[in-house]
Amino acid sequence: MPHILLPTPLRPYADGAASVDVAATTVAAALTELVARHPQLRKHLYDDAGRVRSFVNLYKNDEDVRYLEKEGTPLADGDSLSIVPSIAGGALAAPPGEAATLSNEEIRRYSRHLIMPEVGVEGQKKLKTARVLAIGAGGLGSPLSVYLAAAGVGTIGLVDPDVVDDSNLQRQIIYGVSDIGRPKLQAAAERLRDINPNVDVVSYETRLSSENALEIFHGYDIVVDGTDNFPTRYLVNDACVLTGKPNVYASIFRFEGQASVFWAEKGPCYRCLYTEPPPPGLVPSCAEGGVLGILPGLLGVIQATETVKLILGNGAPLIGRLLLVDALSMRFRELKLRKNPDCVICGPNPTVTKLIDYEAFCGIPQEEARVAASASGIPEVTVRELKGMRDAREDFVLVDVREPHEVAICSFPESVKIPLATLPQNLNRLSTADEIVVHCKMGGRSAKAVQLLRGAGFRKVRNLAGGIDRWAQEIEPGMPRY
Amino acid sequence: MIAITRGLLEEIRAHGRDAYPEECCGALLGRKEGRAQVTRIERIENARGSERVRRYEVSPRDYLRLERLAREIGLDLLGFYHSHPDHPAAPSAYDREHAFPFFHYLVCAVSAGQPGEITAWMLSEDRGEFEREPIGEEQT
Repeated sequence: MPHILLPTPLRPYADGAASVDVAATTVAAALTELVARHPQLRKHLYDDAGRVRSFVNLYKNDEDVRYLEKEGTPLADGDSLSIVPSIAGGALAAPPGEAATLSNEEIRRYSRHLIMPEVGVEGQKKLKTARVLAIGAGGLGSPLSVYLAAAGVGTIGLVDPDVVDDSNLQRQIIYGVSDIGRPKLQAAAERLRDINPNVDVVSYETRLSSENALEIFHGYDIVVDGTDNFPTRYLVNDACVLTGKPNVYASIFRFEGQASVFWAEKGPCYRCLYTEPPPPGLVPSCAEGGVLGILPGLLGVIQATETVKLILGNGAPLIGRLLLVDALSMRFRELKLRKNPDCVICGPNPTVTKLIDYEAFCGIPQEEARVAASASGIPEVTVRELKGMRDAREDFVLVDVREPHEVAICSFPESVKIPLATLPQNLNRLSTADEIVVHCKMGGRSAKAVQLLRGAGFRKVRNLAGGIDRWAQEIEPGMPRY
Repeated sequence: MIAITRGLLEEIRAHGRDAYPEECCGALLGRKEGRAQVTRIERIENARGSERVRRYEVSPRDYLRLERLAREIGLDLLGFYHSHPDHPAAPSAYDREHAFPFFHYLVCAVSAGQPGEITAWMLSEDRGEFEREPIGEEQT
C-alpha cells in the first residue's frame, strides 16, 4: 500500500498523523482519498477552483511529480507520496513576472479601472506587479505616491532622508500637522498603507548618492524624479541611463513647471536636453525663490499619469517631448526633444560610463569654497551685538536689502529698505561717513551688498550674520520666520 | 504566543545582517506543548535566485531535510523566519498568500544593514489574515 507523508503544519488536520496509508494507485486518487478521510485538509491543499494549491509540492519518493506524470503519476505498493509545502515569502507584494491575482476586495476597489478596456483586469495586474521608485517624498512625491498607491501600483519605493517641517505643509499634501518633526518616510508609508494596504511601501531613509543609487534602482521598473536640486537630478538621469530604466521627470519653480519622460532606449535623456548644469546660485531653489503650493500637485499628477501609462503600455508617453506648464496664464506648451548624438552618457560614444561626483559636477563644493573665501573678508556683526547697538541707541544706519514682499512679512522699523538689485542706483541714500549694518533674510544677499558698498568706497559697513532669520530665532521669538 | 530566548533572537538578527541587502531565511525548531517554545534555529539558503532582495524561498529538498532533522533530534518544526531588508517587520500580502497554518512566522526588519524589530505572525484559520502574536523573550 502507498502512503502519504504529511508535513508538520497539516498534521493537526489529519488527527495528528504524520503518515496516512491509501489504497489509491495514482497521485490524484491518493489526494482525493486523503481529503475524503480528512475533510479539513481540503482548503489547505486545494484552491477555490479545486486545483492543488501552487505552493503545495508533491514528491513521489524523492522525485517531484511535476517531472513525472504530474497528478497522473502512478503509485505502487511501498511508494511514499510526500506533501511538501513551498515555504516562501518576502517583502514584495507580488514578484516580477509572477502572475498576479486580484482578490474580491481588490476587484471592488479597482472596479472603475477594470471596466475600462484600456486598463481592465490585465492592466490592473500589471499595476499590481509594477515597482516604482520615487526619488523625494516632497511636493512632487506627495501627490505622485498617493495616486500610485490608490491606483494599485504593487511596490512603491521612496527615497528621502528628511523630517517633516511646518513649511512643507503648504504643498506636501501627504503630511499633516501631527507629522511635524517625524521622518517623512515614516509618515508617508503610514498614509500610503492606509490608502491601500495591498501596496508594499519600501522606505529608503537616506540621501540618494552615487554609492547607493544603482543598488536601489535595481529592484524597480520605473524611476520618478521628484528632486529639487541639480546634483540629484543628474544622478537620477545617469543611473537611469546606466540601468536602462525610464525616468519620469518634473521640476517646478514659482508658477512654472516642466515634465517629460527620459528613456535613453527610446528617446533623449535629461543630459540631451541640458548638457551641463547651470552655475550654482543662478537658478534659485524653491526654498529661495518660492513655489505656488498647488504647482507640484499639478506636475506630480502628470508624473503619476505618465508612470501609470508606462506600466499599462498604453497611450502616448512624454518621451521626446518637454511639457511646459505656466500656472499663471494656465497655458500648456510642448517642445520636441531630440536625442543628442554627442550625449556623453546616452550617445553612441559615451564618456560617462559610471556614476560620478555630482556635487562637484554641479560646482557645489567650488561655489561653497568661493563663498567662504569671499565671506572671510567681510566684517560681520552678530545678532547679539546688533541688539546691544539698538538698545544703546548707538548712531548707525541699518540697511535691509530684501524684496518688498519679504519686508511685508517682518522687518526692523528703523531700517532703510533698498532691495539688493536696486542698490547700485541708490548709493546716494547712504553716507560713507555713517556706521552701516546691512541685513537680508539669512546673510547671503547682504554679504554681496557689503562687498558692493565697500567697492563703492564705504568703509564702515558690516554684515548681520544669519540675517533677520537668526534675529527672530535668538533675540525676538515673536517675530515671524519664513 | 511564541517563546524564544534573547540569544536566538540575536542569532536571527545576525543572519539578517549577514544576508543584507538580500533576505535571509531559516527554520524554527522546538516544542509545541500548549505554547510554542523555540529551542534551536537553522539557517537555510535562500533558494530565490536573483530575487533574493525581496523574496525568500525554502527549496523542497531543504524542507524535507528540516522535517527529517527535527524528527531525528526529537523536536518539532515550528515555523520559519525571514528578514525584510529596508522594509518594516510586517508580513506582506505575498507572505500571507504563501503562509501555512500551524507554522509560526518571524519577520525581522533590517534597515540599512542594521537589524531591528522582530515580529511574530500566524495565519488565521480561514487563511484570510496573518494574526500577530506576542513574542515571549526569555533571558537565557
